[in-house]
Amino acid sequence: MNIGTRKILDRSFTALGIGSIVVMAMALLIVLVPIVTNGISAVFFTGTVEHRKMLLHEFKRGGSETLTSEIATSDRYRSKVYDMLTRFETELDKMEPEKKREYKEKYSQVKTALQALLGPLPGDPAPMLTRFKYGQTRWEKAEEKVHDLLYESKWDNSDPNVMSKEYFVSRALGFQGTSLAPMFPYVSENLENMLIPGFTVYWGFITDSSVDSHFFGGIWPEIQGTFFLAVGAMLFAFPLGVIAAVYFTEYAKPGFFNSLLRSANSTLAGVPSIVFGMFGLAFFINTLKVSESKSVLAGALTLAIMILPTIIRAAEEAILAVPKTYREASLSLGSTKWNTIATVILPAALPGILTGGVISLGRAAGETAPIIFTAAVSVGSAIGLADVFSSPTPALSWNIYNLASEHEAASQIRHVQYGMVLALVSVVLLLNLSAIVLRARISKKLKG
Amino acid sequence: MLMTADARESSHSAPAQKAKRDIYLPPARKTVTGGGTAHISAKEFSVYYGEFEAVKKVSADILSKYVTAIIGPSGCGKSTFLRAINRMNDLIPSCHTSGTLLFDGDDIYGKFTDEVLLRKKVGMVFQKPNPFPKSIFDNIAYGPRLHGMNDKKQLMEIVERSLRKAAIWDEVCDRLDKNALGLSGGQQQRLCVARTLAVEPEVLLLDEPTSALDPKATAKIEDLIQELRGSYTIMIVTHNMQQASRVSDSTLFFYEGVLVEHAPTAQLFTNPKDPITEDYITGRFS
Ligand SMILES: Nc1ncnc2c1ncn2[C@@H]1O[C@H](COP(=O)(O)OP(=O)(O)OP(=O)(O)O)[C@@H](O)[C@H]1O
Ligand SMILES: [Mg+2]
Repeated sequence: MNIGTRKILDRSFTALGIGSIVVMAMALLIVLVPIVTNGISAVFFTGTVEHRKMLLHEFKRGGSETLTSEIATSDRYRSKVYDMLTRFETELDKMEPEKKREYKEKYSQVKTALQALLGPLPGDPAPMLTRFKYGQTRWEKAEEKVHDLLYESKWDNSDPNVMSKEYFVSRALGFQGTSLAPMFPYVSENLENMLIPGFTVYWGFITDSSVDSHFFGGIWPEIQGTFFLAVGAMLFAFPLGVIAAVYFTEYAKPGFFNSLLRSANSTLAGVPSIVFGMFGLAFFINTLKVSESKSVLAGALTLAIMILPTIIRAAEEAILAVPKTYREASLSLGSTKWNTIATVILPAALPGILTGGVISLGRAAGETAPIIFTAAVSVGSAIGLADVFSSPTPALSWNIYNLASEHEAASQIRHVQYGMVLALVSVVLLLNLSAIVLRARISKKLKG
Repeated sequence: MLMTADARESSHSAPAQKAKRDIYLPPARKTVTGGGTAHISAKEFSVYYGEFEAVKKVSADILSKYVTAIIGPSGCGKSTFLRAINRMNDLIPSCHTSGTLLFDGDDIYGKFTDEVLLRKKVGMVFQKPNPFPKSIFDNIAYGPRLHGMNDKKQLMEIVERSLRKAAIWDEVCDRLDKNALGLSGGQQQRLCVARTLAVEPEVLLLDEPTSALDPKATAKIEDLIQELRGSYTIMIVTHNMQQASRVSDSTLFFYEGVLVEHAPTAQLFTNPKDPITEDYITGRFS
């Protein structure tokens, strides 16, 4: 091959390499950017006076003096709305029955929309659920609710051949000529005065418990649950995996039994995680009865079984990569086999073993299926360390799924879900990053 | 120490290069006191890799406190024989032995022999320097710690003494906490010698300890062997016949697994009995 073609080949391979890295980086960005921007909105957002009220009442947090004056201002503007409502109600009383029925239906829709926007109206009975005790706490949600108040959504299904289409009808038009008509422009013009939006940084999203199944508050129980489960799984799987790897590489005699064990281990690595979930339920809870029902312990054990093959494999490879000369040097100094493993082989293999461990830790933190039947609940408070043997826990992975598909008002609290996604991604990234740093440090120490 | 500066000097004055045989003239050596008994003795000793007999019915006595060289063409079983003495061959599953190999009168391959104890008494330095990826201090202290020494001060004494014996103390005394892999190849090899000495063995097995080193580092290792001669029983495998003649008192010549000739070094190099030996030392075959 002449030098010209060789150079062209070299360059094109370099270009190919750079190209594929760029594509990968772009793909990563496309995934990460929405996760980060959406997720961050759980902590940084435009909050309303309702949010500050909620913080004070539910979490005893925030300055009550400024809040009192804010509430006074907002009440002043709101009272006009309430006045208009009372005036309309007396007007409604005097109407003819025919008209009365027609307006009553519409009026109750208006009231519901107002309650959603501003919280309970004067004279309403105190709501049972916390979510109904406050108006909209987030400004972007408030804007959506104002739209619901001003416009009635209707569906156009006149043409059976096309999908029915949504269209909006102004409610103000429906109340034209009544005393309620001015209320609509008033609300849309004075919304800021009634809700007093302001830039809010809510770190409590990370450290608070949730209130009323994630309507308010934070995701601390989930973060803690994920932490307990992942670390618990590691406590079981890491020592066991390393011991198994030492056995396979150092002690096992090659033969039928040994190759059977090895192929079983490889097979286990490919088993879908939902199977581990079922296994955990059947074995740890129903058979071994490590706990009466779901518990952190059962979940951690299930996750441990799931990540065990990965840890064993990584540790095996790391141990096999230790130069034979270290072993010879140690043995020739009169070291026992066990001592050689403990003081020379394992320390030299540590970077590889740890990498495998932390990657598994990330996997344990992220998996949903294994904990569905063994450890996860959709809502709950943070559990104490002493409760891990008996209590189930919320966890990020499971609650993301739950909020996305099973929560009764998922669309109301998308920001919580995004926040959880970001938290989970951060936890996993952080773990992997710490693996890289740890590995680099130990390798540097080993290389001198 | 055991040797005067003059004696050391003379051991390295290069012999005249005129006649081929002249370079094998033995150097002036100090006298050895208290040695000369059979420290290791092989009787009809064979080593097999599976079916293959790599060392064939070797019988020889290795004298205590003297330096014994093993020479022979590549693949003739030198390393195999050497590694049989401290049972490093145990690491190779297919390897087994027959005949007897005695250390201080005890059968090395006897049923009740503790190979860990044996290796403590029979230290080995390998062809390629193999320090642990630990600090220089921890490398030397590895053996003593293993055998129960934990006192910091005593450890430090042992480390210094061993490094001094291996003639590397001056080069590393200010960086004992640095990783040993940062040393040069020659320094690493002397460190390995020091590491072996720290265990206070009775026998030192050196398998081509200088094959990876430059002439200067080689000279240092050879000096070292001269220094240690008289205190340890030393066996050295080498491909360098000048080296064998410079450092050893007696020499074993192996050929295809057979011990062809075993004689005092001066005699073997100047007046070999066997024609194969003669062919080999005169370089008539590779
Ligand atoms: N692990 C092993 N398995 C099988 N055969 C082996 C093994 N190690 C060495 N041999 C064989 O045993 C014979 C002697 O090998 P040995 O390493 O002792 O030679 P040597 O004299 O040290 O050679 P060199 O000078 O090249 O180091 C050779 O034929 C070699 O192929
Ligand atoms: Mg060899």
